[in-house]
Amino acid sequence: MTALDVLTRVSAQADTEPLIRWIWITDHVDEIVSRGLQHVYLTVVAVVIGFLIAFPAAVLASRHRWAVSPITSISGVLYTIPAFAFIFLLLPITGLSLTTVAIPLIAYTLLILFRNTLSGLDSVDPDVKEAALGMGLSRRQLLWRVEVPLATPVIVAGLRIATVSSIALITIAALIGRGGFGQFILDGLDTFFWTPLIVGVVLSVALAFLADILLLGLQRLMTPWAKAAGVRAVAT
Amino acid sequence: MNGLLEGLQWLVDPANWSGVDGVPARVWEHVQLSLISLAIATLIAVPLGLWIGHTRRGQFWTVQLANLGRSIPSLAILSIAFLLVVKLAPANHQELAFGFLPTIVALTLLGIPVILINTYVGVQQVDPDSVEAARGMGMSGGQVLWRLEVPLAMPLIMTGLRLAAVQIVATAGLAALIAGGGLGRYIVDGFALRENDRIVAGAILIAVLSLLTDAVFSLLAKATAPRLTSSGRASAPARIDVARGEVTPPT
Amino acid sequence: MISLEHVEKRYPGTTSSAVGDLTLEVDEGETVALVGPSGCGKTTTLKMINRLIEPTGGRIVLDGTNVLDQDPVQLRRGIGYVIQHTGLLPHRTIRQNIATVPHLVGWDDSRVDGRIDELLEIFDLDRELLGRYPAELSGGQRQRVGVARALAVDPPVMLMDEPFAAVDPIVRGRLQDQFLEIQERLGKTIVFVTHDVDEAIKLSDRMAILNIGGVLEQFAPPEAVLREPANDFVREFVGAERGLKRLALIEVGDIEVEDGPIVAPSATADEARRTIEAGGFGWVSVVDGGELLGWVDHDALEGCATAGEATARPFSAYVTARDSLRQALDSIVTSRTAVAVVVTEGQHYRGILTLERISKEIVA
Repeated sequence: MTALDVLTRVSAQADTEPLIRWIWITDHVDEIVSRGLQHVYLTVVAVVIGFLIAFPAAVLASRHRWAVSPITSISGVLYTIPAFAFIFLLLPITGLSLTTVAIPLIAYTLLILFRNTLSGLDSVDPDVKEAALGMGLSRRQLLWRVEVPLATPVIVAGLRIATVSSIALITIAALIGRGGFGQFILDGLDTFFWTPLIVGVVLSVALAFLADILLLGLQRLMTPWAKAAGVRAVAT
Repeated sequence: MNGLLEGLQWLVDPANWSGVDGVPARVWEHVQLSLISLAIATLIAVPLGLWIGHTRRGQFWTVQLANLGRSIPSLAILSIAFLLVVKLAPANHQELAFGFLPTIVALTLLGIPVILINTYVGVQQVDPDSVEAARGMGMSGGQVLWRLEVPLAMPLIMTGLRLAAVQIVATAGLAALIAGGGLGRYIVDGFALRENDRIVAGAILIAVLSLLTDAVFSLLAKATAPRLTSSGRASAPARIDVARGEVTPPT
Repeated sequence: MISLEHVEKRYPGTTSSAVGDLTLEVDEGETVALVGPSGCGKTTTLKMINRLIEPTGGRIVLDGTNVLDQDPVQLRRGIGYVIQHTGLLPHRTIRQNIATVPHLVGWDDSRVDGRIDELLEIFDLDRELLGRYPAELSGGQRQRVGVARALAVDPPVMLMDEPFAAVDPIVRGRLQDQFLEIQERLGKTIVFVTHDVDEAIKLSDRMAILNIGGVLEQFAPPEAVLREPANDFVREFVGAERGLKRLALIEVGDIEVEDGPIVAPSATADEARRTIEAGGFGWVSVVDGGELLGWVDHDALEGCATAGEATARPFSAYVTARDSLRQALDSIVTSRTAVAVVVTEGQHYRGILTLERISKEIVA
């Protein structure tokens, strides 16, 4: 029997499989919830740690411009390494663990959050900064009372992008069994069983959508003075 | 560190550079998949983006599409492409569902939003005063587009192409999951055969290829960027570092 | 009050200094304008006073203390600073903006509120603006808030960098007038930078005309600069029509006004005719116990027994003691009677001004 015959026989089965078997969903609620939690956990870790690194880096770079180029280059390289490859590069070092997923995710969010935070800080009207300094605000007061509040829309826009991208990226980690909803997608693909595949796709997109809306609401809450229409985030 | 060394050792072993599963063959498969997908995505997204940016119509939906593209996992796109081909392919040609075709479809779909939005923004951000002046001089819509908007939009268009290319090269690795070729084969096969050195080698190759792609497109972008100063160097305006109270004169 | 002694600002890597060697003294309660062409270092000099730009040489002494010996942040809290585009904090309400420095220096809320009430009154600002954000105010309102904010802790000194340049000419004129009124009331020591020499002439007690590199070409009251420009540079910078500009600085009330030909309504027509001849203008004013009724000429007196019976025509324009000689000149040039009629606020007759009388003020 040739490889082609095997494939053909297997795929004949694939063709007849219906798109959704609802039974499967009700049978697997527990797993859906635990995968969901894993997905959310990884997202939070990636974005929070990424932000904890990127924010001070951006503040530093806004004051000392020489730092912009090296930081952008390093995070740019990390960002360009495909998560898929990055995970497997780390595998021998950190093994089959959440860390192996978290590190590439953080590398990815770093660039987005650094560039957006820096861009936000840079976009503060220089007249406002000059007047604030002229009035006698110290540099620390200038940063926290003027620059950061005014940069908030752009920073939150960066958080939105980083969050949504992370949620999508986590699915790749299904290859080492830690992909949140992505696990269902991979299972479906491997076994030609469509139900988990569709469930995985729908849930990860829904999660991304939900996160985006929540962060957008957060942004609106934090900027009562912004009546003007939307803030454009830095294209990454 | 051991693992990385193993991977490097695998790479320097000449046995792995020949035959249908050798490095050159797989790299070529990977490049083929990526280039074809990028080309198709470009052919679809660039004209569309130019039109949207030039006429300023459909901007809202474009932005929504870009956001959507960002939130759908590449694994999902690949799986759905696979699913679609399985369902749509005629019964005696089920082998179409494996490897090449769905991967191309998925990678193309992946690249379109990025290219589209960057192209559209690139055209749209051209100084409206320049556009108005050009129209006032008597240039037709098409002339305004090709002589003014496109050259000035090139940097952003190239950014879109670069980002799409890197994303496509990265995701092409997943083709192996549906029995496709390319560098992902090393990872998937290595996993099945429990050959760690093969896995790491595959990961290294994909990472290097992605970085190379980024570098190549960056160079291309520099080459196609419009000249805005006679010295050829980008000029910087005067800067005031109020915190230190220093004014840097413009270059 | 402010003493600049051989102040220098040189940027590293440049061959010439932004400000070479500037010595200048500003007295307490005085308004000094720094004017000059681009590159003369006027803004640089201003910003060295509150150390937004650090001098590379010389001393700046503010109220007895060298500013370089003080902590810059504390220094700035004691100086009012107003810039061209106000720099109002867009994410804070007007009240919060004004209260910025008072809170920085530790005032309690009731003291801040009291001060805000005072400022609203001084700057004629509507109370309901306090809760709004800067984006919701007009340009003129923003400028006034900017100045009010600078004076929140009642600092003795205020620095202003092109404060009225960002608004249209009509609003600018009004803001300038308000500035003069407020300054007369408060008596602050003010240094302001402007590229508009006419604004400097209008607002300053003394103007410092700077040339490229911070070279001080002349430092004198506007009237003196217009009368005797120190050199060709100043002459050219001040511009043409210096005579007219000087006239703008002198008020009608500052000079003696002639009586001019007048008769009471009860005077006979013959008396009126004789007064017309004596006056030499061809007409006579009819004044009833101080109140000006108008003017009559020979034609009007035709067939009348008294001056009062003739139909008195109103003068086309009047000037008061607060108007400038330039406005009086305009009145002379545009009226049939060829004089400027001076009246009090309540239309009571004071006298007339002729062309000869006015040019006497200007010609040395």
